[in-house]
Amino acid sequence: MAKIKPRVKVPKKADAGEVITIKALISHPMHTGRAKDKKGELIPRKIINEFRVTFNGQQVFNVMMEPAVSANPFVSFPFKASESGTFDFTWVEDGGKEFTASKEMTVS
Amino acid sequence: MKYNLKLEDISRRKALGLLGGAVAMSAFAGPVLADAAAVSGKINELTGGAGASEGAVTLDIPEIAENGNAVKVGFEVDSPMTDADYVKAVHVLADGNPTPDVASFNFTPANGACGATTRMRLAKTQNITVLAEMSDGSFQQATGKIKVTIGGCGG
Repeated sequence: MAKIKPRVKVPKKADAGEVITIKALISHPMHTGRAKDKKGELIPRKIINEFRVTFNGQQVFNVMMEPAVSANPFVSFPFKASESGTFDFTWVEDGGKEFTASKEMTVS
Repeated sequence: MKYNLKLEDISRRKALGLLGGAVAMSAFAGPVLADAAAVSGKINELTGGAGASEGAVTLDIPEIAENGNAVKVGFEVDSPMTDADYVKAVHVLADGNPTPDVASFNFTPANGACGATTRMRLAKTQNITVLAEMSDGSFQQATGKIKVTIGGCGG
């Protein structure tokens, strides 16, 4: 399986009160459990079922995903900048395996 | 399994068996898809039977999707996003996929605005419903149709 690699885009600097857009993508096949492989056998379901974001340790946003979300799930969402801090992004795969990424933002 | 039966070997019973098998095969050929009733059932379940009004949710979806494997779906919900009045959750539902759920987004006042985009799979041409749950317990929804040229369910 291809390497699972998270990618996140957060502006490095923002003005206080500004609503920024954060874009997050993780390369993941999102097997639905319905498709078959070349031998005609069902590929078992394995998807990213949750994506959550914390800012300075506080959860600010999460998405619960179903198999209907495309491969390499992409999410963009707004965030209101008020103070400098760190975003932690976590993707949870079926079975509990977690992938993480983290970004800093400076608010002036 | 070999199919080198001679014509005289095929008894009526065998013929019926083969026919029955063919019917069963065709019935299970495609995935069983959800329908509009499944989506309205889901909305009832989420809203507790209260239903949802329209107006606050704006959809950003394409009219035609050439490839059902990755269809952009975006939405915006008109809300001040303050501690007193914000959007708690947004559910994206599709009525032509094997299951109606696509994704549920949980927002907090820290988001400052309510909106998001993602990409989803669509098995066929269908209606997308976005249901937003407000902090005061009311619901808002919007529905749009996406035409799909090639379905995205694999298999």
